[in-house]
Order: sequence, then structure tokens, then C-alpha cells
Amino acid sequence: MKIDVDHVAKLARLGLSEEEKTLFEKQLSAILDYADNLKKLDTERVPPTSHAIALKNVYREDKVIPCSDIEAIMANAPEEANHMFRVPRIIE
Amino acid sequence: MKYETVIGLETHAQLLTQSKMFCACPTKFGAPPNTNICPICTGQPGSLPVTNKKAVELAIETAIALNCKIEPSSIFARKHYFYPDLPKDYQISQYELPLATKGHLEIEVDGQKKRIGITRVHLEEDAGKLVHVGAALPGRQAGRIMGSEESLVDYNRTGTPLMEIVSEPDLRSPKEAAVYMQTLANLLQYIGVCDARMEEGSLRCDANISIRPVGSKEFGVKTEVKNMNSFKAVDKALLAEEKRHIEVVEEGGRIIQETRFFDDITETTTGMRGKEYAHDYRYFPEPDLVPLEPESEWVAEIRKSLGELPAARKERFVGDLGLQPEIAGLLVASKSTADFLEETVKLYPKATAIANWLVGDIAAFLNENKKSFSQLELTPAQLAEILKLIEDGTLSNKIAKTVLLEVLKTGKQVKDVIAESGLTQISNENELNKIIQEVIKNNPKQVEQFKAGKETVMMFLVGQVMKLSKGRANPALANQLLKKNLAS
Repeated sequence: MKIDVDHVAKLARLGLSEEEKTLFEKQLSAILDYADNLKKLDTERVPPTSHAIALKNVYREDKVIPCSDIEAIMANAPEEANHMFRVPRIIE
Repeated sequence: MKYETVIGLETHAQLLTQSKMFCACPTKFGAPPNTNICPICTGQPGSLPVTNKKAVELAIETAIALNCKIEPSSIFARKHYFYPDLPKDYQISQYELPLATKGHLEIEVDGQKKRIGITRVHLEEDAGKLVHVGAALPGRQAGRIMGSEESLVDYNRTGTPLMEIVSEPDLRSPKEAAVYMQTLANLLQYIGVCDARMEEGSLRCDANISIRPVGSKEFGVKTEVKNMNSFKAVDKALLAEEKRHIEVVEEGGRIIQETRFFDDITETTTGMRGKEYAHDYRYFPEPDLVPLEPESEWVAEIRKSLGELPAARKERFVGDLGLQPEIAGLLVASKSTADFLEETVKLYPKATAIANWLVGDIAAFLNENKKSFSQLELTPAQLAEILKLIEDGTLSNKIAKTVLLEVLKTGKQVKDVIAESGLTQISNENELNKIIQEVIKNNPKQVEQFKAGKETVMMFLVGQVMKLSKGRANPALANQLLKKNLAS
């Protein structure tokens, strides 16, 4: 199975060189081919599964616990203004 | 050619929980920027979301009120896109298996009832807020995304529980769409799941709109209209977009499927470049959150706690209490107002009188003071007491209004308000006669005119009696006694 590396790279906002494109195309296609093996199995009586663990209905109560280290999160801001994350122009 | 408009609405409602959808941060509106954030809602590596049970409960409540089927099993999914207000680069939402499906909401347009299909109700998380900085484009306001040089991101809202309600394309006019939004907002407020203020963004909607020749079964090409921030804006935006569709088609052009932004100043819609909004969301099941399989006992419990819904209550108010449909509609717009009416009716049986005070003076007072009904300093017993005092003649209508206003302002007992200000109506003949004598003494000229046959002066003299008694004289009795005094 062939994969459209340009499209996938664009969706992931990744800039790839020509060499990388060739390399990743081969690698990603190999992964898809391997996954294709699953098609050989008879899954007629297997219900679709979304999760690997048979857990359901895990909830927390609606209780507020303020975060104790907000500044550690703010430290991730490449640029900050008025305690907000500063980002470049969104629409050209 | 005659066209038919087809509209479907996608509504997002912020759920009234204390904490966020998947973490324990507060949902409080108006906090300083980035103070209600944590590793989970900002998507720090290694953090794990856990579902807020209350949010699920509120969504189930809504789904039941919208006559939906609660799905026995639903899952969360990751919806991927890049935007600065989305710190994880994906939004936790529901996709293939939503919480509830196949419901309906009844709306009433121009006296006609119409059933609007509800496709689905699902849970997701809200994104953050962007503050756009920089120069405005010519003819536009500053602080908008177009023309801004940079943006500042506040993640306080990120992760707030959102409920998405998707309607079928059953709406046939901008007016129907606006009525649908208003009806939905009333319902959400009534059952207490969302405060449903479009202006504040706690209720938002996007619309899909298309036109087709009348009689055609196929849908035309649709556009998605965004940025409608009030019920009026829904109507205006869709009217503008409907007009645009018809003009394009009439001129032989073709509508392109795209997202369009409504500008409430120019009252027009503008298309965003198709490319930027062509999405490939790459949905997949959220591995960090397990499936929701609400137990039937829980759903039954929620169904029971919902009680009577506004549409049924309105019918009952009209049928059993004899209220006008319009007034009944106003009363059931809020559960607390409708409850107040019913409590008062138990103490004073004339529902129409109670309703008139509720939608009249009381609503006006709340409006003026920007208060909600729940902040009302008046009990059903107090309103019943005032109405009884009007009926037995102790208070005139006018004085009753003054008393009511004082009770509304101070929360004092009705009896105390009346005693402190001496506001009871004067129906005692001796007391009234004293006042009348004084009026006659003070206005000899008018008295003479009356005696000379100018009967219209009577109005003036009664007015003087009312003034001197500070509005407390019983007007009918004052009139009668005044005539008697003048005749003698």
C-alpha cells in the first residue's frame, strides 16, 4: 500500500526533505502492509473494539482542585504578554 | 424562480459544572488570563484526562429533554487540527459513537407548531480564547482576527465541558432557525444545564444553509455560517446568506461549499479561503478515556428528576390556569418563575393576576436592576399577601405597586412596609372628609367653578385629594364624598 507522504506531512505540519520523503514513504508503507496482515483474520464474530482494556464508566466527581504550579506551564510559552501566550499572526 | 431554504444548526452549549470536562480546574468565567489551567487541559506530556460525571449527567438530561435515544455505549475521539487556542493540537470530542441520537424539539413559528429533528447530542471540550492584537483593516474594528499582527492566548476556557447539539436540516427559514435557537436556549436554561447566553458565548451556533427550487428533493450546495453572537444575529446572518445564495444562483453562478463569517456591523457574510478551512481531522478513538455506558438505572433516575418540561407546563398553564399562551410562554421561559407562579396560586387562586405581576412589574424590576429571578427578594407568600390586600380594598393598585417595589428592594415583610410608610388606602369616611375639607378650603376658585356648573373641575379636585393623601385615598369613595361635600 502506497502512502501520500506529502499529505501526511502537511497535516502534521512537518517540513520534509526529498530524502526523508523517500525514506518515510518506504517505512510508512511497510507499516501499513504489516497491519494489512490483520485482514487475513476472520473477524466475523469479533465486535469492533475501541480500547485495549475492558474498562468503562470511569468518572471523577465535579470537584475543583486548583493547579498548584501554573507558572511551570507558563514557562512553556515561547513568548508571553499579560500572562498570555503570544503567537504570530494567524491569518495572512 | 421560487426557492426553499434549508437550514441545519450545530449548537454548542457550555455545561454548568464547577470543574472542567477532564480535569479539576474551575470553569469560572472572568478569571485573570491563564489562572484556571493545569497540565491536563494544557496537554502536558504524561497527563491523563478523567471524565467529569456531572457533565455526562447534564448531557443525558438534555438528551432526554430532546427526546433522544441515549446510546448504550459511546466513546470519545480525538479531532486533530492546529490552532493556537488548542494546546493539545487535538480536541477531545465524540465522533462515530455519540452519547445520544435521534431526538426532536418542537418549535412554534407564527402560531404553527413544528417538530425539528435532533441528529445527535455529544460531549466535548471547549478551546481557549484568542485576543487579537494589532491594526484593524480599513473599515473594520480593531481586535479582530483579520488584519491583526499577533494574538494572545488565554487557556482558561480550554477544557470547559461543551455539549454539541446537531439538528436535522429541518429548518426552512432564518426565522425558524432563530426560534429554534431561542426555544433550545429556554429549554437548556429551564432544565439548568446551561445558562444559554449567546452574547457571552455560553451558547454558540454554526449554521449550514442551502437553497433549492421549491419542490426539489435534492439539497443545494451548502455553506457554513459562523460568528453569530445573538439570537438576532442568527436571523440576520441567515437572511443575508439566504439572499446571497439566491443572487448567486439567479445570476447563473454556483455556490461553493465553504465556511463564511458573519460580520454584525456590515450584516454580511464573508468567505474564508477554502484552503485554510479544508479539514482532515484524522479522528480516532481517544485511548486515554474509556467508553461511556450509562447504566439504565442512572438514566431512569435522571429522567425522573427532570420532571415536567416547559412545553408541557405551558400547555397546563393555558389549560388549567387559564393563562394567555403568550404570558404562559414568558413564564415557562424560566423554571424559577414558573415555580413561583404555582407556589403563589396555592395561596391566592387568581393565576392571571399573579402572572400579570410576574411578567409586568416584577420582570421590569429585575430587568432594571440586572438581576435574575433567583435573586428575587420576594416570596410567593408575600405576593399573595399583596394581592389579597388589593382585593379587600386595603391597598389601591397604585399603592400595591409601591409596596411591591419596596419589598423587592428591601426584602422586608409586606406588613412592615405598609406600617412604616402608612401606605394603606384610606377608606374611612371621617378621615377622608377631613382631607376633602382641606382641599375645598385651599381651592376656592375651582370650587366656585364647579358650583357654577363646570363639572370637569371635579377631576382636578379629586386629584388634589389624592395628592394630599399621598395617593392613599380610596378614589371611588373620595369622588363620592367630594360630591357630597360640594353639594352641601
